[in-house]
Amino acid sequence: MTIREMQEVLGAKFLYGKEHADVDVQYVFSADMMSDVLAFCGKCSVLITGLCNPQVVRTAEMLDICCIIFVRGKMPDEDMLALARGKSIAVLATEHYMFTTCGILYGNGLRGGA
Amino acid sequence: MGDQLIFTYVIDGNDFTRAGEASSSVKNKLKMLGVNSEAIRKVAIAMYEGEINMVIHADGGTITVTISDSDITMVLADTGPGIPDVEKAMQEGYSTAREEVRSLGFGAGMGLPNMKRFSDEMDIRTVIGKGTTITMKVYL
Repeated sequence: MTIREMQEVLGAKFLYGKEHADVDVQYVFSADMMSDVLAFCGKCSVLITGLCNPQVVRTAEMLDICCIIFVRGKMPDEDMLALARGKSIAVLATEHYMFTTCGILYGNGLRGGA
Repeated sequence: MGDQLIFTYVIDGNDFTRAGEASSSVKNKLKMLGVNSEAIRKVAIAMYEGEINMVIHADGGTITVTISDSDITMVLADTGPGIPDVEKAMQEGYSTAREEVRSLGFGAGMGLPNMKRFSDEMDIRTVIGKGTTITMKVYL
């Protein structure tokens, strides 16, 4: 599934990274605790989270994550988006809750990483 | 053995939003040096957790990163309160972090365990009231 396809099925806003929209992704991790993301994300390239602060982008950077999806209507500020731009990390935002977001993506073939 | 590269970073303990800049800088340097991606990932995660810990618990400190042919060594030194019970602090889920830190996505008692998980060697020297020095090595 590409980042654009995720955006479409989630009805998400594309906040940054349309130039990366065709990047193909397979594995997704979801959590609000960044230490859990660091510990268990494995080879996942997408991060779903309801946490909204610059450390989310930093965490994604350390793990070479290519797309962050903010759930529950959380909107990153300009500083966070600038950080994401600097690291070429696409940013989506959806109104769906985390469970629903995960369910929709799972139903479309994406999986959690080991 | 070839030359060593040494980088030193001063970590600001008062600015949580900037925590991680040193780890980001090291990650970029390792990439430019052509270090293998698995080692880069381990260094990035271990150092980032350490950097966050320094900001949360110790009001900052210094991180010295030495890159040699055989390994990458990170020495994280602070003059914070020290760790009263290292064994407990190494247990996943044990945390002394304040509630506000948890609301920022850290402080779930995974910091030190993650540092150990993603380094090949880790040594903790701590003195109550004086500070903590953690040395982590990732083999190349």
